[in-house]
Amino acid sequence: MDPFVRLRSVACALPQINIDTDQVFPARFMKEPRTAPDGYSPYLFHDVRRSPQGALDPQFPLNKSSNQGAGIIVARRNFGSGSSREAAVYALVDAGVRCVIAPSHGDIFAANAVNNGLLPACIDESHTEALLALLERGGVEVEIDLDSCRICVGTQEFNFEIDPVWRIRLLNGWDDIDMTRRFTDDINAWSMHDAKLRPWAQLSANPTSG
Amino acid sequence: MTFKSVHGLQGPQSLFDNLWNSHVIAEREDGACLVWVDRHYLQEGSFHAFNKIRTRGERVARPDLTVAIADHYVPTRGRGAAQGPLALNAELARMMDQLTTNAREFGVRLYDMNHPWQGICHVVGPELGMTLPGTLVVEGDSHTSTHGALGAWAFGIGASEVAHVLMTQTLWQKRPKRMRISVEGRLADGVTAKDMALTIVALVGADGAVGHIIEYAGSAVRSLSIEGRMTLCNMSIECGARCGMIAPDESTLKYVQGRPFAPKGVEFDRAAEQWLALASHRDAPFDREISLQASDIVPTVTWGTTPEDALPVTATVPDPTRLTDLLSKAEHVRDAIDYMGLSAGMRITDISIDRVFIGSCTNGRIEDLRAAAAVLSGRKSKVPGLVSPGSTLVKIQAEQEGLDRVFTAAGLEWGGSGCSMCVAMNGDQLEAGQRCASTTNRNFKGRQGKGSRTHLMSPAMVAAAAVAGRLVDVRQLMLGNV
Repeated sequence: MDPFVRLRSVACALPQINIDTDQVFPARFMKEPRTAPDGYSPYLFHDVRRSPQGALDPQFPLNKSSNQGAGIIVARRNFGSGSSREAAVYALVDAGVRCVIAPSHGDIFAANAVNNGLLPACIDESHTEALLALLERGGVEVEIDLDSCRICVGTQEFNFEIDPVWRIRLLNGWDDIDMTRRFTDDINAWSMHDAKLRPWAQLSANPTSG
Repeated sequence: MTFKSVHGLQGPQSLFDNLWNSHVIAEREDGACLVWVDRHYLQEGSFHAFNKIRTRGERVARPDLTVAIADHYVPTRGRGAAQGPLALNAELARMMDQLTTNAREFGVRLYDMNHPWQGICHVVGPELGMTLPGTLVVEGDSHTSTHGALGAWAFGIGASEVAHVLMTQTLWQKRPKRMRISVEGRLADGVTAKDMALTIVALVGADGAVGHIIEYAGSAVRSLSIEGRMTLCNMSIECGARCGMIAPDESTLKYVQGRPFAPKGVEFDRAAEQWLALASHRDAPFDREISLQASDIVPTVTWGTTPEDALPVTATVPDPTRLTDLLSKAEHVRDAIDYMGLSAGMRITDISIDRVFIGSCTNGRIEDLRAAAAVLSGRKSKVPGLVSPGSTLVKIQAEQEGLDRVFTAAGLEWGGSGCSMCVAMNGDQLEAGQRCASTTNRNFKGRQGKGSRTHLMSPAMVAAAAVAGRLVDVRQLMLGNV
């Protein structure tokens, strides 16, 4: 995974609460493989960025020409709530988004984000409103520094929060599995001991059918 | 980086602390803990994770603790030997075959579409006794919180985490905060676990429990059947909590005993002793406590596009012009009213429906089907609808009890078991603009098909809505007032 230290990019405002992962990535596309060169990016906000007839809605912030190539999204509380589908994060990452700033994120979404090098940055509600107001005209560049946990827009600065464990992981681009492999002996010893403590936690190979 | 050894916390422990302490393998200096996974369920959507481990040339660490169950894409129509071979839509067939191929290649137990134990993972796991009190359960599905009803630590994970569990049978976790929601007293007749869940989501908010686990407690929770407890824990994720849980008690033991994978004889007795000891100490500290009176809970429905948009069925649709103190909420209400095709201030009981759906991991168990059938017995549905039992075993039991005939006599369709119209991946879906009274868990935009409009409620309330052709208080219907 690529380390995330600093990011400078256009930030797009999506001023809604509870943007769930069904909106980020509609369920009907989840059976598609992620092998195309543009990955899952064609499905990002597929339905909410279009009219019922299927044409792109020019009013939807991500469709505005000034916001093309936005690498940052700013939303209101509870971004990425709902379904655990990591496809929502894949679609964001495949479209070039590396950071979602919001007062809160869905827990599973945030974990998925970190596993794909996408920063879920938390700021308080009043700063969110201030930031959204700054982005309203579109095409505004924002700089994010993960080391100091600061967001800069022109001369304005905002602090953001991220779990320290996740911050270190993102800064270093660490993959969980590489870390876990160092614990193989601990895992084996623990599970041998646990099988004696909790024998019932094994799953029988021969269940009774009645 | 250095690592410190694992040690239990001091002082009185909560149910969650006990589950945490019995699963931590190692703790990093930064506070992240490596935890052991007892049960890993997979579904058709797990293909991303299989692709990941295949690319890395890895294998499944503990296939014996891993179970693949077809539920998200299985068709609900035309299954069963009597109907002959099923001509599957090519895309659904590909999803089924992909799961089968992956399960076979990696040596994982599989309950495919035609297996007698197939069903929705969150119904099947507890029903077969695979999910047990005291276990850590994960699946790449956010409603894994359901299994917490048995006193398990159960939560949904993403594809990267699924791959990590497949490769190591472990996960890295940060210790979450603990929230306890106590419901005291007795639920009134016609009020169910679903109404309790919707009331709690509306109270806590869709993100009110982010970063927390929820322990449900209190006499009204203890009085719920295990099925009802599963409905309650299922919806924990709708207020942001990755997991909800209820301490194992005598009802739990009675539910678990005798199920196919449950321990037997003296092994069961020993396990039961450990399970009962998991309960929170009376002085265990919680980061947040919420208390409700069961008598304040009434039949509840959602009107908007997030489960927190829940109100008593007797209420009116909110008016955004009256929410002047909360700009973002007012904007949401305006947007939701527009999407749902409602008007501010209208009575919820004036909302007419086009379809009903009864099923899902929230309300697809036998008790749910009985509750819906009790309302529909001798009555006709004014709208078409589908009933999809939560598992094939539930389907068989319902048929033995004659519930299928109640549904079909009322004019509803009796289908096979799967996630069906809760997530609309298998072709069971609404058309744009159609409105459905549904026993499911999410009323998000497009959740039941592009442009769909969903109102969440209990099985009895969905049945009542079917009879009335509009949202209605089931208690009034049963009294003959509708």
